[in-house]
Amino acid sequence: MELIGLANYALFMGVFIGIYALLALGLNIQWGYSGLFNVGIAGFFAVGAYTSAILTSPHAAGRIGGFELPFFVGWLGAMLAAGLIAWPIGKICLRFRSDYLAIATIGVAEIIRLVIKSEPALTNAARGITGIPRPFGDLPYVESQMAYLAIVLVVLAVAYVMLERQFNAPWGRMMRAIRDNENAAQAMGKDIAYRRLEAFVFGAALMGLGGALFAHFNRSITPEAIDPMIATFLVWIMLILGGSGNNRGAILGALVVWTIWSVSEIATDRLPHEYAIKAKYIRVFLIGLMLQFVLRFRPEGLLPEPLRGDAAAVDRSTRR
Amino acid sequence: MTVLDLVNFYLVPGLVIGSIYALGAVGITLIFAILRYAHLAHGDLATLGAFVALAAVTGFGIPPLAALPVAVVVTALVAVGIDRTFYEHLRARPKIVTVMSSLGVALMIRAVVQVIWGVDTQTYVRGIVRPEDYFGLRLRDREIYTVLAMLALVGALQLFLARSKWGKAMRAMSDNPNLALLSGIDNRKVVTLTWLISGALCAAAGVFLGLNTEVKSMMGWHMLLPMFAAAILGGVGRVEGAVLGGLVVGIAEELSVLVLPTEYKAAMAFSILLLVLLVRPTGLLRGKVL
Repeated sequence: MELIGLANYALFMGVFIGIYALLALGLNIQWGYSGLFNVGIAGFFAVGAYTSAILTSPHAAGRIGGFELPFFVGWLGAMLAAGLIAWPIGKICLRFRSDYLAIATIGVAEIIRLVIKSEPALTNAARGITGIPRPFGDLPYVESQMAYLAIVLVVLAVAYVMLERQFNAPWGRMMRAIRDNENAAQAMGKDIAYRRLEAFVFGAALMGLGGALFAHFNRSITPEAIDPMIATFLVWIMLILGGSGNNRGAILGALVVWTIWSVSEIATDRLPHEYAIKAKYIRVFLIGLMLQFVLRFRPEGLLPEPLRGDAAAVDRSTRR
Repeated sequence: MTVLDLVNFYLVPGLVIGSIYALGAVGITLIFAILRYAHLAHGDLATLGAFVALAAVTGFGIPPLAALPVAVVVTALVAVGIDRTFYEHLRARPKIVTVMSSLGVALMIRAVVQVIWGVDTQTYVRGIVRPEDYFGLRLRDREIYTVLAMLALVGALQLFLARSKWGKAMRAMSDNPNLALLSGIDNRKVVTLTWLISGALCAAAGVFLGLNTEVKSMMGWHMLLPMFAAAILGGVGRVEGAVLGGLVVGIAEELSVLVLPTEYKAAMAFSILLLVLLVRPTGLLRGKVL
């Protein structure tokens, strides 16, 4: 019994790691490739989750939705909606220092949270949307979990391969050039504003997809499922710890941080009730402290950004 | 609605909450101007100040206004401690790294507050305070204290910046850090001073927010956006701009209730922020766009 429980838990964790890895990959396009500081990950995640929920769930009285579209339509819709919201924000804020983008994205996430909590006609407010279909959800529990994990892994693999191709393609090289030396890139005739906006929208779309995968896995979505700060912050630390600018790093970071986060929950659940409530905040504190250590002692992360061209040659020669 | 109703129900609360935003925004603008980054833990530092005051109120049984100095001193010292422990080592790195670090610090401060004081809403004093009637103008004592304290604190800060040696050093660092360093200004002392002042103002903002509303662990985080909107609206690096910005944001939020559902008060600060960035990024008083 114990072994089956453990296997089930591993499946469950695998799905979450896959979803968070997708979010970390989205953030990697924005921060790792392009140096855009987005603190509104939970907002784009929520937009994706709710968009897909509205498109695919069965009809319910008192709110829009009930279109019962196939799940992949919902997922595409989620990406589209998250990207569409990112567009005006990026359009306004990407011209300024990235601090301003950080503040604006905090605002976006807050307002999305407000809308979700206070618009029953759209999101069913606090009760949330239930009855979201899960692909292969009719199978027995374990098989269904396994099937969903497979789907998440396929989506993650596709995203990874596409991002990796872009990273090595002229587009990725250009984005890093813009990130590292804006003036030089501009002098080379690159349309900096447009390219940054492109990266911001792509990253947000991927976060929206992550949200949709989450909603379909849970079969429901409520405002409580989206803790704006913790969801955002976990993804940030995943990318920084794993290695920003490195797609494999983003995935590794998701694996390490989610494992620490959820195993520490098992540990604290065994504490007496009074402490168990407080333990959640202690875990948040420790994750915050972890970020400080990573920033200070290993800012390049576990898997640093791969160097290319002349920089790689210099790096090899200094290592020898 | 009569003019008096408008003043009593919208303008006065707007001025009060605006004064609280102003206290926070002044700190944000100082950090923006001297250290050159957006400090995302500012709101949660204000929360800490509010809870330190709460501890003093419940622990020593003193009134909240008497607890204010305690909160100011403790929070100012904590602010310096945070800078020494977490931000100082990142000073040579790109500024955005410190912004990221401050996001982590924000969560850490909040976690500490939640562990020590719990997550339930609390108040400094129980019971309802009736407003006094001044010729139809209805004001509570604490509302008057809040606005007066803001004016006094900012006035003192302005005098300090204009007259004292260290105030001049701070302004010099803000205008041209390299030149300031060349003329022998001690960077470390200026940074410490900046954190002392910002931390103290944070505590004041937190205590007055707690006095006028409630004390809860998310209070500061919800102030962050309005405070930044105020600092940017006033013009980054301008103390009097931050005050003006704070009052405008506060009043705009209260007036927004006339056209928007109450839940969307927070959207007002966001709209102001985007509008300023779009139309006049230097702010009302022509601060710097860093």
